[in-house]
Amino acid sequence: MTAPALDHSPGFLAEARRTTLGKVFLSPKGGITGAYLLALVLVALLAPWITPYPYDAQNLPLASQPPSLANWLGTDEFGRDVLSRIMYGARTSLSVSVTAITVSVFIGMCLGAAAAYFGGLLDRFITAVIDLSWSFPELLIALILVAIIGPGLTSTMIAIGVAYLAQFTRLTRAEILALKNETYIEATIGLGASHSHVVFRHLLPNAMAPVIICGMLATGDAIILEATLGFFGLGAQPPVPSWGAMMSSGTAQIFKAPWVIIFPGLVIAITVVAINLFGDALIRALDIKSKIREG
Amino acid sequence: MALLDVQDLSIDIGGIKPLDSIGFAVDKGETLGIVGESGSGKSLTALSIMGLLPLIGGRVERGSIRFDGMELTRLPEPDYRRLRGRRIAFITQNPMTSLDPVIRVGEQIDQVARLHLGLSGSAARRHSIEIMERLRIPEAATTYHNYPHQLSGGMKQRIVIAMALAANPDLIIADEPTTALDVTIQAQIVQILGELVREKGVALILITHDMGVVAQACDRVVVLYAGRVAESNTVSAIFASPRHPYTQALIGCIPRNAMERGSLVGIPGLVPSVARYPAGCRFHPRCTRSESLCEREVPVLERLASGAEIACHVADKHEAAHA
Repeated sequence: MTAPALDHSPGFLAEARRTTLGKVFLSPKGGITGAYLLALVLVALLAPWITPYPYDAQNLPLASQPPSLANWLGTDEFGRDVLSRIMYGARTSLSVSVTAITVSVFIGMCLGAAAAYFGGLLDRFITAVIDLSWSFPELLIALILVAIIGPGLTSTMIAIGVAYLAQFTRLTRAEILALKNETYIEATIGLGASHSHVVFRHLLPNAMAPVIICGMLATGDAIILEATLGFFGLGAQPPVPSWGAMMSSGTAQIFKAPWVIIFPGLVIAITVVAINLFGDALIRALDIKSKIREG
Repeated sequence: MALLDVQDLSIDIGGIKPLDSIGFAVDKGETLGIVGESGSGKSLTALSIMGLLPLIGGRVERGSIRFDGMELTRLPEPDYRRLRGRRIAFITQNPMTSLDPVIRVGEQIDQVARLHLGLSGSAARRHSIEIMERLRIPEAATTYHNYPHQLSGGMKQRIVIAMALAANPDLIIADEPTTALDVTIQAQIVQILGELVREKGVALILITHDMGVVAQACDRVVVLYAGRVAESNTVSAIFASPRHPYTQALIGCIPRNAMERGSLVGIPGLVPSVARYPAGCRFHPRCTRSESLCEREVPVLERLASGAEIACHVADKHEAAHA
């Protein structure tokens, strides 16, 4: 009694629509934002070869020029090309937020799974610490941590990772608490599986989808947090460009040369919205319930 | 000595005692039915044998569970884990939820074989497909790659049974294996389990509330009521001459040919909740023949010459009367 093949017109598109990624990229929302994010990642990777100017090339006679054919997005107070700096800034913003969130998701899943699966004192301890950190705004936690460790990219990553750890831990814990009582977990234990087998082969794979979506959406927030820390001068140190630091330097001449602050801000806004919409499309594509209906 | 011998088993879950002095035995090639209404302790009996009571916060308070000479109540957890699935397998209640939704069904069978028999990738796969074919799963090699949501209920239950069989266990405990299935599939599953007992000589404990399944598949039957054994006998004897008023009432609930419309009666009342068991015989508030003695004194389980066991003050215990 295998599922009959429902698809009678096997074309390339129809075939692609059956996979999760295909579903994401072929929906209008996921397609447009996905293309933007892909382009952004390419720009970040290829920045040293494709930027029109080096990010730190100063040209004082041409300081604070409005957008022109030579400098599409204008120049800053040292005459550096804003476009080139935004392209380089993508490297900082993306690598910092993606690395921090990835590590944070991984640690959060382990903590949440351990808390939910073993319960008891371990659960109470983890939950207490996590809830305590949950009660502070992410920005505050990040600021305190950077203040302790000192400014820089590494401490920004640690700060972002710790700031978002609570939500991944709590989400994983809640998912696993619900899954733990599923009959198939009882059945697996009844067939002699060890704790690690149950957790890593059965519980985490089933709990993963929502946590990954949550991580995806948190990456958008992390970009803002990274920009905020950069804006306060706590993130990337000059002359390494980051979108937040660029906006910060733009405040000084917000009326004289507004493009210095507007364009990095615009890129942050578009990127964060794109990540959120892409996450939305991913939620639809990963929806297990609709998958069951199709099957 | 029987393969599995449970004696005087009482369990404790957070201060309440849902099982009180349960005892039964089952040997290789034999099928034992454990019958009772919801809340009578059937599933807890299964969990006790599997050593899974700690999962629900319970423990064995008293009594012994001997399996092939080993005392399971004192077995350390790592040894127990090697026993589960390898020598004692468990078929859970609902096949719809007994399979991991994100893993292909074949791989779920593989996992058991890998874990207990140390088979590697392709060997485990051949082993799984072989078991699936033995359980008459059509196109086993294709079904192997399906996810649970692509299979029907009866197919899922066969996969669950295949998982239980993967490591050639000596004892299979099936907790209401047919309850969630429709009637035609029920018969097939019962038939498959029966064949396993006959052909491979496994011991089977079939937990059910369906007297029809008992009649079809079991050799002996233990009737549980509110955590105690009410009656235990061979299937043919219990259907021919049920003695305990509860067993009689249970059998009275089975529809028969030539019954008049509306003449099927249930047993009035409900199984008492475990926190409020009545004193004396726990069945007396629902019993049509209860006497004042039943309200005061707990009936002991008496063993009759024929091998039947019964715990009742009022039941007729003279064998000759029923011969």
